[in-house]
Amino acid sequence: MSAIDRRPPVPRFGHGSRVPGWDVAVDLAKPPATVPDPATTPVPDELRSEIEQAMGRYPNPRSAAIPALHAAQRHHGWLPPEAIAQVACVMALTPAYLTSVASFYDMFALRPKPRHDVYVCTNITCSLLGADEIHERMIELAGDHPDLNVCSFECLGACDIGPMASVNGEYVGPINLDDCEQIARDLDKGGPVLEHKQLRFRRCADPNANPES
Amino acid sequence: MKPLIFDNIDEPGLNTLAVYERRGGYEMLRKALAMPREAVLQEISDSGLRGRGGAGFPMGMKAGFLPKGDMPKYLTCNADESEPGTFKDRELMQKSPHMLIEGIAIACYAAAITQAFIYIRGEYRLQGDILEAAIAEAYAAGYLGDGILDSGQPLSLVLHRGAGAYICGEETGLLDSLEGKRGNPRLKPPFPAIQGLYDGPTLINNVETLATVPHVIRLGGKQYAEIGVERSSGTKLVSVSGDVQRPGNYEIELGIPSREIIFGLAGGPQPGREVKLWFPGGSSSPVLTRDDLDLPYDFDSMAKAGTMLGSGAIIVVDDTHTVLEVMSKVVKFYAHESCGKCVPCREGTNWTHKMVHRIESGEATPMDLDLLASVQTQIIGNCLCVLGDAMAMPVGSMVAKFRPELEAEVEAARERAGTPSLASAGAGVPVH
Repeated sequence: MSAIDRRPPVPRFGHGSRVPGWDVAVDLAKPPATVPDPATTPVPDELRSEIEQAMGRYPNPRSAAIPALHAAQRHHGWLPPEAIAQVACVMALTPAYLTSVASFYDMFALRPKPRHDVYVCTNITCSLLGADEIHERMIELAGDHPDLNVCSFECLGACDIGPMASVNGEYVGPINLDDCEQIARDLDKGGPVLEHKQLRFRRCADPNANPES
Repeated sequence: MKPLIFDNIDEPGLNTLAVYERRGGYEMLRKALAMPREAVLQEISDSGLRGRGGAGFPMGMKAGFLPKGDMPKYLTCNADESEPGTFKDRELMQKSPHMLIEGIAIACYAAAITQAFIYIRGEYRLQGDILEAAIAEAYAAGYLGDGILDSGQPLSLVLHRGAGAYICGEETGLLDSLEGKRGNPRLKPPFPAIQGLYDGPTLINNVETLATVPHVIRLGGKQYAEIGVERSSGTKLVSVSGDVQRPGNYEIELGIPSREIIFGLAGGPQPGREVKLWFPGGSSSPVLTRDDLDLPYDFDSMAKAGTMLGSGAIIVVDDTHTVLEVMSKVVKFYAHESCGKCVPCREGTNWTHKMVHRIESGEATPMDLDLLASVQTQIIGNCLCVLGDAMAMPVGSMVAKFRPELEAEVEAARERAGTPSLASAGAGVPVH
């Protein structure tokens, strides 16, 4: 954990274990969770059709696990057990299987998270260019903004605009410390974020690429 | 040199079918469909096109490994560009998505494949949206679907978005992820060309490799092979980042001096600073120093220098940064991204992370550098995939090439932390 990470320390339980309930014996009499019963698992129609559409795109419907979890996360804001159960119900998989998949990937939230994702890249290039200070500043700002979900992220594939961040999926950079406040303000307003620094408008750096310029 | 892939890349609307067609887009698909499959494959083989994703395996040979016959075969385009420092595929997909789709269609025709996927990393939302729109346009225009361009060759193409995991850029990890599982790499052999997606023969290629295919068909394989140098033919997109004045993507002819890329194109470090070290092919490649700046930038020259061209991502570090700082970032990344399937990688990356932390906090001695180096040698070659190696190689090379500086770092960190100096304690002197 880096020195500037302000997340609370990992909670410890008995004997220093990180797993709550580690010392509680499993109830072996209880049957393992199976595929949720459609009769008792209400699934919003919109989500159901999105998942079913995704399943139809692949030779094996199970391939739709990640698209389905994306859809559920968009719908619920994060992946609560109900969301997992809904996906499991439509895809005829067990919730345990889907939880194991969801916990593997960085973009799925298995705990409630604030609405706006601000992924600050703190990988090599960005950190050479000062990303750690940007991340620290964003964490400070998140203290006053309950809607900001600030995380340090591994290389987002935009080192040419480092230090950079992905704000709700929109790549912006190079950002300086003043831009951090602007990002928070733009998110409050609800408009485009740091528009003049968005990657989508950036031209190719290669001088031979655009002969007319 | 006139670029092939980046030629007029910022032309407005190039991401739409209308503009791409006006520039002669999809003509090469027509040309390929008029040729026998074997002839198309032969052109690709003749071009000497090597994979642009990292391993540099010749594409024609890989496609030739696919068994003949009537079983379902798949093509998977690896667009999970996660190697730190790499961002070439992002620009290509965002600005010229149809070039990639045309390349996929030609490759599928050559290898008799009817089902293709693009696995794009989930973070590339904009690029995914652009590709989705482009695929829909290509379907509507008959470049994809049942019987493309009335040839009787069907082809379906699905865009699959990942969800943030470096390991899914590894080809077998990618296949597991595409099958809806955790992205754990598989044991090889069998290689994906024999048993890949849904246990069918699968051709996996990087975005840039596939986007080059239409150019190979246009120029002809032999003509394409004239570009570049022997065994490293063609042009390469290079992502230059870090301490340079003009970071970005550049299309270069393979074999030009590295100095020309770092200084000529990217402008070199800020005035008054000097290159300390650079990664020639992403953070997984062993580092080079300022003495290596005149090396030709091609697959074989890099291999000869003990490193690799990898994905073509040059990360430049200047003399205002310490080696320890760079090492710490590299190690933290791989420790976070190890999937945990193989013990040498899972434990090796984590313990290396702890050892580097120990150096930073002033608790280490120079002996820890030996331990650090020995852990790396025990990771290399002992795992299912190369993620562990990808940490071990650069870390090992940093310890080997910057040993005096790292020893000074160890001592300086001890001083900062108030740990007794090694010199005064007489440590490091053999007792017998």
